[in-house]
Amino acid sequence: MSSTGHATHKEPVAVVGIGQTKHVAARKDVSIAGLVREAAQRALEDAQLTWADIDAVVIGKAPDFFEGVMMPELYLADALGAVGKPMLRVHTAGSVGGSTALVASNLVASRVHKTVLTLAFEKQSESNAMWGLSLPIPFTQPLLAGAGGFFAPHVRAYMRRTGAPDHVGSLVAYKDRRNALKNPYAHLHEHGITLEKVQSSPMLWDPVRYSETCPSSDGACAMILTDRAGAARSPQPPAWMHGGAMRSEPTMFAGKDFVSPQAGKDCAADVYRQAGIGDPRREIDAVEMYVPFSWYEPMWLENLGFADEGGGWKLTESGVTELDGDLPVNMSGGVLSTNPIGASGMIRFAEAALQVRGQAGEHQVDGARKVLGHAYGGGSQFFSMWLVGAQPPTS
Amino acid sequence: MPEVLKAPLVVEFPFTRSLGPVQSAFLTGLRERTVLGVKTTDGKVMVPPVEYDPVTADELRDLVEVEPTGTVTTWAWNPEPRRGQPLDAPFAWVLVKLDGADTGLLHALDAPGPDAVTTGMRVRVRWAAERTGAITDIACFEPYEGAAAEAEPAAHDGQFDDAVSGIVAEARLDYVYSPGRAQTAYINALADRRTVGERCPSCRKVYVPPRGACPTCGVATTDRVEVGPAGTVTTFCIVNVKAKNLDIELPYVYAHIALDGADLALHGRIAGIPYDQVRMGLRVEPVWTEGGRYPDHYRPTGEPDADYDTYKELV
Ligand SMILES: [Zn+2]
Repeated sequence: MSSTGHATHKEPVAVVGIGQTKHVAARKDVSIAGLVREAAQRALEDAQLTWADIDAVVIGKAPDFFEGVMMPELYLADALGAVGKPMLRVHTAGSVGGSTALVASNLVASRVHKTVLTLAFEKQSESNAMWGLSLPIPFTQPLLAGAGGFFAPHVRAYMRRTGAPDHVGSLVAYKDRRNALKNPYAHLHEHGITLEKVQSSPMLWDPVRYSETCPSSDGACAMILTDRAGAARSPQPPAWMHGGAMRSEPTMFAGKDFVSPQAGKDCAADVYRQAGIGDPRREIDAVEMYVPFSWYEPMWLENLGFADEGGGWKLTESGVTELDGDLPVNMSGGVLSTNPIGASGMIRFAEAALQVRGQAGEHQVDGARKVLGHAYGGGSQFFSMWLVGAQPPTS
Repeated sequence: MPEVLKAPLVVEFPFTRSLGPVQSAFLTGLRERTVLGVKTTDGKVMVPPVEYDPVTADELRDLVEVEPTGTVTTWAWNPEPRRGQPLDAPFAWVLVKLDGADTGLLHALDAPGPDAVTTGMRVRVRWAAERTGAITDIACFEPYEGAAAEAEPAAHDGQFDDAVSGIVAEARLDYVYSPGRAQTAYINALADRRTVGERCPSCRKVYVPPRGACPTCGVATTDRVEVGPAGTVTTFCIVNVKAKNLDIELPYVYAHIALDGADLALHGRIAGIPYDQVRMGLRVEPVWTEGGRYPDHYRPTGEPDADYDTYKELV
């Protein structure tokens, strides 16, 4: 199969509208409907479209237990102008924001619909995600550690495998929190953040420190995806999708590599094949990736092919992933600064699109032409990624 | 085949709901014995009110006050009320179109039996004695002899003193949980302080605990294999933060342990060694306490550490 074999049959997909809420710990002033409406309305305004211009709605969020509303998409149809239109819910744990956008993109690429609203949200303040993830299943040994206890042993395994020095995790957190200061929508705005403050924050699950963990947020993110004709009418420069893929693997199986899961490698390889990317480190200008604990930046850099095994932490340590570095990572401040779980994947995808549209404001990477958006979830069970460009795909 | 284990599983949580402006006005209104609806773009009155127009998607904010009396548009008899339902005695679920409204409100009707309920019957709100700003401020509906009011519902600004902005929505699910055949055998063996997994007939990997099928090959696993009791710490973290419902002195070590013969690490706590001396490759064995279903923790065996190459595939 040639690298462009399928692409000629697909309708090119453009992002012409992006909207998100100001992410905060608790949006007590709005219902869930009001929260998603705010993001969707901003995406419509960005695209200068109305509800009547939308042909279908694809929505995603993390497990229902996170707010305790079973199938919330049913009650959100009127808030999202979906009455009388197809409405789909996508469900892939923490990666859901990414896979939701990809399902929406497939509807446009396959010419089922011309213009699709896609949206993802979480209102974490209405419940407790850790409770939702640790139900008291009879006969089962309880997890002996909190949220970070699941991730910290994998971080230690990465350090052992690659010889990464202790301070790399703090460097990532320091960078992401500074990037968040440039993003008005980010949840955490830690003015006066210093590397020393990160490094002196409490060690919660050694080797993971407090400042190296993500917050719990209320927020929503929406995008308007459309076809070539829709992009031609767009008042703002569109972002063009050059490749998108999802991969899954079991949460636990003999031979699973938690440090660099096979499904993540395969997913990235598929995206690069679709986009004609041979050398991601050289050909991709920036990456917005799902980093819930700071150490996942170097881990994913390797998993996504930006560095060989053991090379990820060296990119971080040498400043390559800084906002003004050669390969900026998590320009928005990342999950480390904003985490409405169900929306977190879509925020990554939206940031990639904002960058190639040149509309990322103070956290804009100069000359970003091709940017990767990445999401994962469910104990490294689901992966979803897309690569967007400033120019339409050539094939 | 021995019987599979079963046990009740109750999942419950007091979820909180931020109401937003429309639901806030509606529920606060109920507290004040006032039923509010919202006018849609085409002039219909919806009760309960919604925030967005179901036809045009417009934002709806024009509230009106409707009557506490109305007409049953359809109903279903509930012969055996369950936990948390509005009435303890048998009652009718009804959709009530309140006078002045164009849509039905779902609630309970207190009636002696199904013969006393008809579509088209007139009903009125029975207010709860104690009202907090919740749908339960309407205790239920009851039969009512008066005719429908003719007047148009009046506009209402939705403003009340001390408005309710959030509610607690208690949710509870009752299950009977069974871990299935494979895990039942695993749990029963643990009672004899033996750890028994199952081997995949295709890839030969030993799963502990067994799931009854190999997640990689998709085939049933049946061959029982006893593993351990000793094993190797493949990786770990030092826990410095108290986990909910766990009474373990901090700090402690939470580790992934590959029992000898298993192809998957399981999880456990390491003790019997200072926390800062635990390391990858440490050889450990289980320590049981009376009545414990699982080992209380694992302690060093005193053997030399395992070589990284012998367990790196299990990390
Ligand atoms: Zn197998």
